Amino acid sequence: MITISEARQTTAMIEEENLDVRTITMGINILDCADPDEKRFCEKVYDRITTKAKDLVKVGEDISREFGVPVVNKRISVTPVAIAAAACKTSNFVQIAKTLDNAAKEVGVNFIGGFSALVHKGMTAADRMLIDSVPEALSVTERVCSSINLASSRTGINMDAVARMGEIIRETAFLTRDRDSLGCAKFVVFCNAVEDNPFMAGAFHGVGERDCAINVGISGPGVVKRALESVYEEDFETLCETIKRTAFKITRVGQLVAKEAASRLGVPFGIIDLSLAPTPAVGDSVAEIFQMMGLEHAGAPGTTAALAMLNDNVKKGGIMASSYVGGLSGAFIPVSEDHGMIEAVEAGALTLEKLEAMTCVCSVGLDMIAIPGDTSPDTISGIIADEMAIGMINNKTTAVRLIPVYGKKVGETVTFGGLLGYAPIMPVNQFSCADFIRRGGRIPAPVHSFKN
Amino acid sequence: MKKAIITVLGKDKVGIIAKTCVYLADKDVNVLEISQTIVEGFFNMIMIVDITNTTCELSELACGLETLGEEIGVIIKFQREEIFESMHRI
Repeated sequence: MITISEARQTTAMIEEENLDVRTITMGINILDCADPDEKRFCEKVYDRITTKAKDLVKVGEDISREFGVPVVNKRISVTPVAIAAAACKTSNFVQIAKTLDNAAKEVGVNFIGGFSALVHKGMTAADRMLIDSVPEALSVTERVCSSINLASSRTGINMDAVARMGEIIRETAFLTRDRDSLGCAKFVVFCNAVEDNPFMAGAFHGVGERDCAINVGISGPGVVKRALESVYEEDFETLCETIKRTAFKITRVGQLVAKEAASRLGVPFGIIDLSLAPTPAVGDSVAEIFQMMGLEHAGAPGTTAALAMLNDNVKKGGIMASSYVGGLSGAFIPVSEDHGMIEAVEAGALTLEKLEAMTCVCSVGLDMIAIPGDTSPDTISGIIADEMAIGMINNKTTAVRLIPVYGKKVGETVTFGGLLGYAPIMPVNQFSCADFIRRGGRIPAPVHSFKN
Repeated sequence: MKKAIITVLGKDKVGIIAKTCVYLADKDVNVLEISQTIVEGFFNMIMIVDITNTTCELSELACGLETLGEEIGVIIKFQREEIFESMHRI
């Protein structure tokens, strides 16, 4: 039987250390909704989503109440629209984005992902149409998230698509300028995108998936930080052991919630994503974990090592706690969503270049970084190309979610609100990469041997 | 046996345990174990209860206890035992 002290430990994690289940995301296949008639396609997609996910929010809330652990977000991901809607005879995909938005509102989820295209080797006509539709789609919808896979370790980097992304991101920033370019916060580009990621903005339901699956993203940087408080004087062995034990406990909660949600919804359990996802709340920060490890601020020398250790031990602890681990699994380092990261930027400890180095060992990439609104599309594409290269060579997922905030300059701050937080505008290297980006074509797949 | 854990936290006053237990008895919930302390006027209690025979929906029970807590002026939280089991037992 559970002892009173164990019960106290669990309730303290939830009440004081912000342990929560960050998201229950239902992946829904819409491939069989394909139809040449766009209107008909939209109807089928709307019906599919509102049928499959009609109880998602209620089940999430019931579980939250019965187990006493917050389930913060209920979300949906669908098959990449560029594939599912490829047969539609239409000139753009904005209407489809609106349909997804309406379906999300109908079932009460706060985000729906899958306005996506996979173009790591080349673009189809539908891929191109989707990419062209992204800025308008993100400006006229509220809950739709979009992602594009630009590169993979198997195929290399599609530099034509990378070049286009700079323009798309700037255009999205412009069209949502009345909301501090918020549209860009709902758009992410990937190298080696995963098919079962439950986290936004990058969630989509991969083509290798079944009809419907429940994927759960856990969280709990605050719990890890609190656990590390008690071993502040100890060596790295103890530090790593503590992270592993904590990650195990957090993941078990996620596993329980995922199983319960899957069985109540009558949908197979997909995966648990072990990511430590911060929020802007004090005590729910990955940067605070670095401080508890002994760094003055995130970004100080040693940060990359600290992050590598954190990421690896979260995985080691979490993998044993769940029957299926997937998604991005590791530590997220978004800037605007983590108050410790924001402070580090404001203190001058954390730069874009250091963040890039950190992405070599974190679970995703350059995330929620506000940059000056006049940053050129070429420079944005250059930053993306660098990040794609890191993912391609290191066989890992990397991502870029940059917000060139329209009309704002270095030194100003932008507030997105809610879980998206706020961020100081970070300076970007001013030297040009225009001629490099303008070349076009593809960077070939890398050698998978001779690894040095 | 299906079990749940109830935690009660708040400023100490007369009747917290009494009112909570009356509510639970009314819903056919049996109390198995209680640990209770008062630190600087703050009441802190954890109860392990048996919910096998309750006819109440569990989410309804959780809501009811939360409302009762508001009436008394303390925070009452209901959680199924599985969350503790899964976290602390392999």
